[in-house]
Amino acid sequence: MNKFRAGLLAALCMGGAGAQTTDTIAKAKSSGEITMGVRDASGALSYTLGDGQFVGFHVDICHRIIAQLEKQIGKKLTIKYLSVTSQNRVPLTQNGTVDIECGSTTNNEARQKQVAFAFTTYVEEVRIATKVNSGVLGIAQLNGRNVATTTGTTSVQWLRKHERATGMDFKEVFGKDHADSFLLMESGRADAFVMDYQILAGLIASAKAPADYKVVGEVLSVEPIAIMLRKDDPAFKKLADDTIASMAKSGELAKTYDKWFMQAIPPKNIKLNLPASESTKNAWAHLNDKPVEAYAKK
Amino acid sequence: MLLDWRFFLDDDGSGRTYLEWLLAAWGWTFSVAFCAWLVALVLGGAMGILRTLPPDKRINRGLIHLSCYGVELFRNIPLLVQIFMWYFVLPKIFPAMQALPSFLLVVLGLGCFTAARMAEMLRAGIQALPRGQRDAALALGFSTWQSYRYVLLPLALRTVWPPLTSETMNVLKNSSVAFAVSIAELTMYAMQVQEETSRGMEVYLVVTALYTVTAFSVNRVMAYFEKKIQIPGFAVPDSANGGP
Repeated sequence: MNKFRAGLLAALCMGGAGAQTTDTIAKAKSSGEITMGVRDASGALSYTLGDGQFVGFHVDICHRIIAQLEKQIGKKLTIKYLSVTSQNRVPLTQNGTVDIECGSTTNNEARQKQVAFAFTTYVEEVRIATKVNSGVLGIAQLNGRNVATTTGTTSVQWLRKHERATGMDFKEVFGKDHADSFLLMESGRADAFVMDYQILAGLIASAKAPADYKVVGEVLSVEPIAIMLRKDDPAFKKLADDTIASMAKSGELAKTYDKWFMQAIPPKNIKLNLPASESTKNAWAHLNDKPVEAYAKK
Repeated sequence: MLLDWRFFLDDDGSGRTYLEWLLAAWGWTFSVAFCAWLVALVLGGAMGILRTLPPDKRINRGLIHLSCYGVELFRNIPLLVQIFMWYFVLPKIFPAMQALPSFLLVVLGLGCFTAARMAEMLRAGIQALPRGQRDAALALGFSTWQSYRYVLLPLALRTVWPPLTSETMNVLKNSSVAFAVSIAELTMYAMQVQEETSRGMEVYLVVTALYTVTAFSVNRVMAYFEKKIQIPGFAVPDSANGGP
């Protein structure tokens, strides 16, 4: 029994004892490789084409940052891609498995205690998608109706807080992933689907009958989405921030955005037609790494 | 990466703490599992018995076939797919089902899946009995019903009790599929709260511990009854004392 207890204790402490490389630049220089955390399906920010290929707006920005890093250390790096999930992306970045996470991670205060974020490159707007004939025009019409959203997203929490603040009553139904939530709306189990705008736009664009759905009403909340880095590594964060700043200054950031959100993108060559929002343009004009809490206060 | 458990006392935005929500989620897990277990016991018991009926009458042959189809249908489709069938496909065919709460649908789905497995266990238990037991019962003038009620089932039940214990623990763990149809049980809690608090390690550790404790408690309760219903000297060895 004592042996068992000791083993259990060791397992619990493993996280604490794990190697924590904080100097990413030195690590890349000595190992000759860098690990990029990517997502399988995070809209046009980061997604896979299959065969271990990962692309997207944030993946492009990360490639620029890594190019800058190569220039600085004077060495070509092998880029290893690691597909992360919303459950494991923070721990994997913390323990050094992932050097730079290029997905769709919201910069918030809780995460800032564990990891660092580069300058915000995308500001997500949470909005409402509904069927054209549902009569839903905005959040006010959703009182007492079935509202779909996806388990494991901040939208779930937003709806809960909004109910308490306004005394409204949503009948929430939770899809296990975005496609599932969309099916809830499509099949009539839900009257609306509350989610990040770019995800809604992507789902509607690839739906059976895109004309049947529309995004309506006000922007419910905004969230800064940023590239995630290890905490306490100011040199690498500066390199990432400087790269983003120079891209913003030269207009390359806007051009890269255009490539992913306005032009036809692989694999289906669908256009998302999602012009940069005011909040996103504002983030590019005033580069910062403020958490989502700072946006809510405005 | 240090573990930090304080977030359990934080407000989740609706006026309750994450700890209170955790307990509510535990309750849902237990409710889904328990209701599905009852469905499985009744339906699985019926199907298991029907499959072993003597095929001497036409109606018996019909019932044997019917229960065979039931078992094969419910055990050959992956559980998650079955849950989606109940939730998305059947309501398309029978629009009235759209109004049913998802709790009921997942209880039926999980119940039927487990019933097929329990039916097979019970069938094996009945068929494992010496043929003489059934013959003797009939020779004494018992009806088919009486031979099952007084001779076959009391013995078979004791034989299948250990696998029945496993299956009861399984239904508890399988209840995690309910998250897919919007039941706020432990698995959904874990997925949602790790996102809200960025404390995935702690959340998953606690949820894992709760599943383990609950499943083990089920195991102990079933083991208690296993000992209680033992017939000294009959067939099943006294496993609690390390076998014969």
